[in-house]
This record gives sequence, structure tokens and C-alpha cells, in this order.
Amino acid sequence: MKKVKLPYGIPDYNLTEIVREIPNAEPPALPVNSKLKVIGKRVKRTDALAKVTGTAVFTADVYLPGMLYGKMFRADIPHARIKSIDVSAAKAHPGVFAIHIFKEMIEGANPKENNKKSGYPEVKYAGQPIVGVAAISMDIAEEAVNLIRVEYEPLEFVVDMDDARKPEAPLVYQTNVNQETSSGGEDIEEGLKSRGNVRGPATKSFYGGPRGNLKKGFAEADVIIERTYRTQVQTHCPLETHGVVVDYNRGNVTIYASTQSTKGTRNDFAKTFDLPKSKVRVISEFIGGGFGAKHTLGNFGVMAGHLSKQSGRPVKLMLDRKEEHVSAGNRPNSLQLMKVGAKKDGTLTALKLLSYGTAGVGLGSGVGNIAQAMYECPNFKMDQYDVFTNAGPGAAFRAPGNVQGAFALEQLIDELAERLDVDPLQLREKIDKSTIRKVQRERGTQLMNWKKPKKAGSDPGPVKKGIGVAQAHWPRFVNLDSTVEVRVMQDGAVEVRSAVQDIGTGTKTVLAQVVAEELGLKSADITVLIGDTLFPIGPPSGGSVVTGSITPPARNAAHKVKTKLIDLAAGELDTKAENIVVENSWFISKSDRSKKISFKNLAGKLRVEQITETASRSDDYGGFMIGTVGYEELGAVQFAEVSVDTETGFVKVDRIMAVHSCGRPINISQIESQINGGVIMGIAYALYEDRVMDKNTGHQMNPNLDQYKMPFSFEVPEIQIELIEEYGARSSTDATGIGEPANIATAAAVANAVYNAIGVRMTEIPITPARILAALGKI
Amino acid sequence: MNKFSWYEATSKVEAQREANSTVSETIQPDADPEAAVFKASGIDLLDLMKEGLSKPAKLVSIRNIPGMDEVSYNKEKGLRLGANVTLAGITANPQIKKNYLALHQAASHAATPPIRNMATLAGNLVQRTHCWYFRSKELVCFRKGSSTCFAHVGENENHAIMSYGYCVSIHSSSLAIALTAFDAIVEITDKNGKIKLVPMKEFFVLPSVDRTRETILKPAELITAVILPEPKTHTVSYYIKMGSRRSQDWPMAEVAVVAGLSGEKCKTANVVLGAAAPVPFISKAAIDAITGKTINETTATAAGEAAMQIAVPLSKNGYKIPVFKTIIKRAILSLGKPPENVIDWALPDRIH
Repeated sequence: MKKVKLPYGIPDYNLTEIVREIPNAEPPALPVNSKLKVIGKRVKRTDALAKVTGTAVFTADVYLPGMLYGKMFRADIPHARIKSIDVSAAKAHPGVFAIHIFKEMIEGANPKENNKKSGYPEVKYAGQPIVGVAAISMDIAEEAVNLIRVEYEPLEFVVDMDDARKPEAPLVYQTNVNQETSSGGEDIEEGLKSRGNVRGPATKSFYGGPRGNLKKGFAEADVIIERTYRTQVQTHCPLETHGVVVDYNRGNVTIYASTQSTKGTRNDFAKTFDLPKSKVRVISEFIGGGFGAKHTLGNFGVMAGHLSKQSGRPVKLMLDRKEEHVSAGNRPNSLQLMKVGAKKDGTLTALKLLSYGTAGVGLGSGVGNIAQAMYECPNFKMDQYDVFTNAGPGAAFRAPGNVQGAFALEQLIDELAERLDVDPLQLREKIDKSTIRKVQRERGTQLMNWKKPKKAGSDPGPVKKGIGVAQAHWPRFVNLDSTVEVRVMQDGAVEVRSAVQDIGTGTKTVLAQVVAEELGLKSADITVLIGDTLFPIGPPSGGSVVTGSITPPARNAAHKVKTKLIDLAAGELDTKAENIVVENSWFISKSDRSKKISFKNLAGKLRVEQITETASRSDDYGGFMIGTVGYEELGAVQFAEVSVDTETGFVKVDRIMAVHSCGRPINISQIESQINGGVIMGIAYALYEDRVMDKNTGHQMNPNLDQYKMPFSFEVPEIQIELIEEYGARSSTDATGIGEPANIATAAAVANAVYNAIGVRMTEIPITPARILAALGKI
Repeated sequence: MNKFSWYEATSKVEAQREANSTVSETIQPDADPEAAVFKASGIDLLDLMKEGLSKPAKLVSIRNIPGMDEVSYNKEKGLRLGANVTLAGITANPQIKKNYLALHQAASHAATPPIRNMATLAGNLVQRTHCWYFRSKELVCFRKGSSTCFAHVGENENHAIMSYGYCVSIHSSSLAIALTAFDAIVEITDKNGKIKLVPMKEFFVLPSVDRTRETILKPAELITAVILPEPKTHTVSYYIKMGSRRSQDWPMAEVAVVAGLSGEKCKTANVVLGAAAPVPFISKAAIDAITGKTINETTATAAGEAAMQIAVPLSKNGYKIPVFKTIIKRAILSLGKPPENVIDWALPDRIH
């Protein structure tokens, strides 16, 4: 171990240095960004040209020789036992090469009870896949699917969460069920019991369980507020739907997958088909979005595997937009009952959370840990229940739970501030121990020219303007299974290899930047090859872990390569390694700067064609933060300005100010892109998106992008981003992610702004014109 | 989507010889498996086919028939818009913007720029309802031959508030709202080449009259033009659409108002509501409330109130009533000077 001094704190606020004891193999401390050449700059995406010119190959673009097209027959009723399946006509259809009937489902919570009666899985939601067909064209596959006949014994069903909670509701599952958490990080507590369709309560997160004594806490309170909040089901809507191309090739499998985890897809496939991991290769060079729903192989991936194995040909199976909506994941809805107690000075004395949510036939509908972890409150308790319904399984979705949780908590705190007659930022100053958010509030206050909000609803005229603020909390997760290989070749070429996939946020570019910085090169000099399990395994794109997990081993591997090159340079320049400095692609003798050799020429002196170094993510410097409430996690503060037409109920977001930090920023442009995306998604969640299920038929009524409302350009307001550099001295790059924090606070900020505009709390989203008009008593 | 054959028609006669069915007929349970239907831009038809609702055996393209996208003006007959004029073409036409503002506004707020570049006037009129039960492949609703209107007891937030029978779907054409307000005439060429002139208000069919279709068109009948009568002096108009989004969305409520003014006094008026009923709804109550009156906040408000007197909302669309009251009032007031301090729904010119 060695001791190093690392930058610590926030520039222009409290930047200092801290001494950490770290392993000897770790590279020297990286100075703050202002002293660096490539890291922290607006570097253009390495794949920008490929993407805008359409040469980037996504899974949907993969065509292999002899490839077949897969299509699945899906249940058209929401709950049934399958009596018989007749695939004879489909099998006889010219052009059909393989047909596979599912023996079991791998998505959702699946007890063995499914298989008892007929041998076929029970249909638990409309759109559940039953049979798959592979044919020489998509048309023929669809025709064959239309020839399949399934005889059902229909069962009673329930798709509405409130109905499903009633004692007389039809049961989705007959027994207690469990489900593994995906690498997307949705909270699922193991072993909980169900009563009817209600499973739980889950009472703890990785931050622990209840604290203190609620009764005592509420007894000490001067003010108590109790409110109920509701959020809707939101579907992920990645532009590239879920899908794979599987080439089974007699057990030497290659899979092209639109996945957030090449490793997870490989491991799922190897397990399902009982193959060694070495026989399964997963390739995912470009991904058209995932947002948490693409962590596993999925039923479609299993189906494509069976069809390819059976036919001996590669099979492509991409979901269509409707399949994507009904079966490929969603953000569960929530009903949150919150109660807060506070002293007159704002000090929180007690906070209670009771929540219900439905992830359809799946688990993971909790509302996260934001109420538990954002504010200091000695007495806290949460009870979170999952409610089963006959709808497609939920999936991790950009800050699972915390987006729902923030919508409730941040409105409750806003209301508390109003009750105590203090500025909502002042109240947070009192109860929020996070230094990062303190700085973010200060910056935001200046940039917004923020003053205590006017009296709610006090604007004259039909259109009323309002301002609001809300905060975000997200843990600093790290995935240690993150390995990078750096190669230097005799012609001076530098290559970075990792199985980590780029979900679209720019992972390739940050890897190029970090390696370029370490080797004294430009990011354009670095070739980054990722998204292939032939390379060292990388982290899943979930939990905002990628940049924080993969950049330290990239730098460490580059550092190892550099050490070797310095040794080589020392020999060439006839000096000692300690006397060599690397600058702008030159290796220079410090004592005699006329003695130098270029990177390219030095590489030419290598004894072998290429040198390769590999590094894995080491433990966080100074110990991991996860596990205790630390208040120094990934915070954010967002401000919203809205206009509300009180005669039509129409809400327009005029401006969002998003103040964020993500440790050491690696690529400012890419970080801003992610924040823009998070804010837009948050606005959509606040105002537009809503999966509409028909209670009477069990079908989703808007499984398309026409009636399922995503925001378009006119819905996007002016988004201003203020990014705060913040050093925690936790790794060799000290970077963290931004994907999830960017999405957490927006809906609550918009809701608080709407309250300030109209004077009525909107406790349910999406905030539609119908809800505004109802809240104003106009219906 | 089913396989189909394609016929590229070069004349109306040729097209009419090839077509033997209507798109609406192909959606019915007794659809002819050999159905051949007209296709202009195919915006709605291809949607219906992709959703598995319509399976025609043959598409007869009328898109490239010479002359069908012509616009001509005649002092006596008014403005004649060829059936294949695109929504973008309507939006860009300066004469329409000057004399028939509400039509310009309706066209420019429909769908998206790429769709407006493709979509034709006639195709817009004959598109089928976007009721999501009707559009669901799994559900056989009243309009598709069953005895059930799912929307009646289901998710009816987008549905009708007036003039419905058992089916509560709403008609989806925004152009029809403006054209009805202008007393436009649909020029239909029948199978024998005979031209019929049908007032817009008689073109649409209520589901209580015939649930299988939304227009009077019979197989092989072709809309060849829509004729807008010459505007009288001092005729002004205005159209307002309210959707949940400002672009690329269907209306929750829409209104077109056309009025003949004498000073501030309204001498003649037409008020037509969209997204309110299964067909464009002419609000006689609103018309009566302003005809012969001075246009001001009081009369405009009264027109909105009067129009909604007969509304019978469903379980989830009561919100449409205050929205209609507001947009009717605002559209009427906008005949003079548009009201200030409302959220601007006008889209910048550049995206037209």
C-alpha cells in the first residue's frame, strides 16, 4: 500500500486534498480537470459520424447469411389456462423452419404452479408469448403465427391495482413468489409472503431498516402533514426495441443483442441452454436505448435460441412496438401514503411511508430509498408492498423506485415549507446534510435569481405561472466486475477492449479520453472496441455504474502500459525511468529535454508486435460508501418554471434549471446530453406518459407511439444545465455516472411549480388537462 | 401486414375500374377476400393494415393520377382543391391562409410535418376513427360487427360527448371541421363517371345510421375535389385545437368558427366542433348565441356555454366540456383580435 494525496471537494467552494492509502499498483493521483488535457473536455463522440450517417450497426441492422425471422404468438386474453396448442398448420406453412412452444416463462415472478395442469405455462397477461416461429421472411413468420390455434380455459383477471388489492380479487399467483433482481437494480426483498395479490411489506433497503420510534417522533412534532400520492405506469419506449440475432451453430453460439449487459445475456443463455460460458459470445456494439429494461436475455432471447438450435440457422427476433409496450418492461405505478412530522424550525421528527405498486406479473414495484436517505430524520419507517396484476412484468427503469419516491417526498417537503412559511430551499438547508446539494442549491439560487415563491395561485388572468424546486438522491454504485485491456502495437496504434456495452451515452468516448489522457495522446488516437464478450468482462449499463466502474480500470491498464513504455524509453534515451515524462505523445528526459522519442517511434522499438495490459476495478479508495446513509451521494437540484392555462388545464413547462454533479466529469457534452434526456423523460412522466389498461378486457389501449404520449420537440422547454465538479478521492478517475440522477427530481419540480401556479396540489401524475380542471373544480 | 397486389392507376376511370370495395368494408367480418381499395398516400390505410384490421387483396394507387392535386380558383365557383392536395400544400397556399384561415390552421396543426407532406385532403376526410378499441386487433367492437362498445364502460377519455348513439367514437379529421364550417362541398365521381356534389355536412354518417362506415362513399366512388365557396366580404374565421401536446397529437377538442361580420356585429356564423361527436358537430346553439350579436367576451362566453348545454359526457371525458367552452369562446373572440395571455398554440412558420 502507498499513501497518495488526491483532490477532494468542490472547486471554488471547498477544494482541498486528502491523503488516502491505496494499493501500490494504482496510478498516481489525477489532478483536477482544469489541469488535464482530455478528461473533462467537450470531446466529440467517437461514433458520432457512424450514428448520423447510419453506418452504425444496431442489432436490428444485423443480417447473417441464411438468417431466419422469428415471430411469437402471444396470448390475446389476460388470464387463462392453455388447454391445447395446434401448430400443425403453421408447421406445414411453406417457408417455416422451426416452431417452439414455451415450457416456462423466464420473466416476471414465476412459481412452478404455472406448469401443473397442461404442461404449458399459465397465461398471466395479454401479450404473454406462447409459441415462436422461425421462417425465411418476416411475412411468412407472421402468416405462420396467424395459423397457430390455442384453446384456452379463460380465468378471471385483474389489471387495476386498486381492484387487485381487494380480498375478492382474482389471484394472479396462488402461492408466495420470489424473483431475482436484475442488474438494473430494482429493489426486491426475498422471501416475503403474499396475502391475496399483495406481497410484503418490504421494510428495508441496503441503507437498513426502520430507524427510531415513529410514535415518539410524531408526538414531538409541531406540524404533521399526511398525503397520498399516485404515479402511473410508464413504459420504456427505447427507439430500438428489444431483440436478438442468435446463431446457435451447434453449440458455438454467437448472439447479437440489443442489451444493457453483454455479460448478463451471455450468462442467461449459457445457463438456459446448459452450455459453458466459453461457448456463448454476445456482441452488442450499438444499442438504441434501454433505460433499464434490457438487462436480461428475456423470453424472446430464449425463444430465438430454441428456434436457431432447432433450425440450424441464425434467427433474428426483434419485438415490434406493441410487443415492446406490453411485454418488455415498465416502470411500476405507485400509491404512496406519506406522513411527515416536523418542529416549527423545520427539523424533521418523523417520516412514514406506506406504498403499493404493481409490476404486473413481476416484482420490484417499490418506491426506492429516497425517503429513507435524502433528509435527516431520526424516526423513519417504510412499508412497501408489491401488488400483482394481470399485466406485463415491470423492469428496472432509470432510477427504479426513486423517481416515484421523489415525486411524493419532494411535494411533501414543499408543502411542509409552505406550512412553516419558509422558502422551500431554506427548509432543505435545514434538513439536508448533503454538501453537494447545498452547493447545488446555492448555484441554482443564483442562476434562477430565486426568491421565496409568491403565494400559490396568485397570478391574475387565466394563465398562471409558477416556479418549483425538487431534489434528487442516487447512491454511488460501483460494479467491481469491470475489466479493461489496453494494447499498444508496434505502429503506435492503441486499442482499448472491454465487453462493456455503450447504452448510447458515450462509453466508448470516455474510455478513449481516459486512456488518451494517461498515455499523453488525443482521444482520436485511441481505438475502442467494446460490447463483445470475447473481451474482458465489463459492468452492466444499470445503476449509473458504468463510468465510475470502467474508467478506473481503463486508466490503470493504460498506466501499466505506460510504465512499460517508460522503461523502454529510458533504455532508448539512456536515462532512468523516473527521469521520463510523457507529454503530447512524446517521452522526454526531464533532465535533458532535448532527449526525447515520440510515442510512435517508441512503439516501433517494442520486441513484440503488441503489448497488452489488463486491469480490473479495484475497491473504492477510502472504503465503499454503499450500505450506510452517507448524504454524500449523487445529488441533484432541479428548478422548474411552468405556465398553466386554468381554462383548458393545459400545462406548459417553460424552463428547467438542472444543477448536477457526477464526481469528476469526463466528457461535459455527453453529461449534458444525459441530463437533457433525463429532464425530458421527467417532463414526460410528469405530464404525458401513461400506460392505459382497460379493466374490462385486460388489454393495453395505447401500445404504440401514437396514443402513448411521448414528448416531442414542442414539449421540450429551455433546459439549462449547471454541472458541478466534485472530487471524492474514490478511484483512479474519481468519476461517477449521471444517467439516473438526471431523471429523479424533474416530475416533482414540475408538480411543485404547477402548485405554485394554481394553488392546488397535483398529487397524481401525469398532470393532464383533465386532472388540472378537476383539481380546479371545473368538471 | 397481409400480402397485396398493387395497381398504379393513371386515370380516374382506370382506378374506378380496378376498385371494388371501400377500406371500411375490408374491416367488417364479411369483408371480401378479393377486396381492391383506393390508396392515396396510404397514411391511414397502411396503419389499418399493419394493425391487422384491414386486409385488402389489392391496392389501387390514385396518388399519381394527373390533375388530382390541382388547385383552381373561379370567382363564381370558389376554390377547388383536388383530392390529392396534401396537408402541407393546403398549409402553404397563401390564398387559403388569406381567405380560409381556419382551414389553414386546421391543416397546419394536424399530425407532423412528414405526415403533412404525404397525407392528402381526401385521405384525411376518409380516415377511420382513432377510437383505441376500434383500432385494437384483439377486440371486436360494435363498429366491427359485435354488440359491444367497449368505450362506453371503459377508457373513454378521448371519446364523444354529444350526438352519439351506442358507439361513442369521434371522427378523426380536423380538416373536416374547418371545411364543414366553410360550407364546403365534396365532389364525388361515381362509378359511371357522374359527378355528385355533396355538402360536407351530409358527407359523414353517424354510427346510429350505419355503424360500418363513417362516410357516404360507396365502393369505387372517388372523391375528386373539395370546393370551398367564394368567401363573402367580411367573412372571417378561426380554428383552435387543444391536444395534450402542442404537436403530433390528436385533438382533445377542436373548433372552427366562420362568421360574416358587419362592424363588430356578427351577421352570419358557423361553429363546428371536432373530437366531440362521431361526425363533425355543427353547434346550432353556439351559432344562435352569436348571430345578430356583437362579438365580445359576454357573447363569446355565452356561445361556449350554449354549445355545451346538450353535452352528455361519459365517465372519463367530462373535462372536454370546460375545454370546449374555452376554445369556442377564444375562437370567437379571435375573429377580431386574438385574446392575450393564453398559451400560444401557434406553431412557427418554419415547420409548415
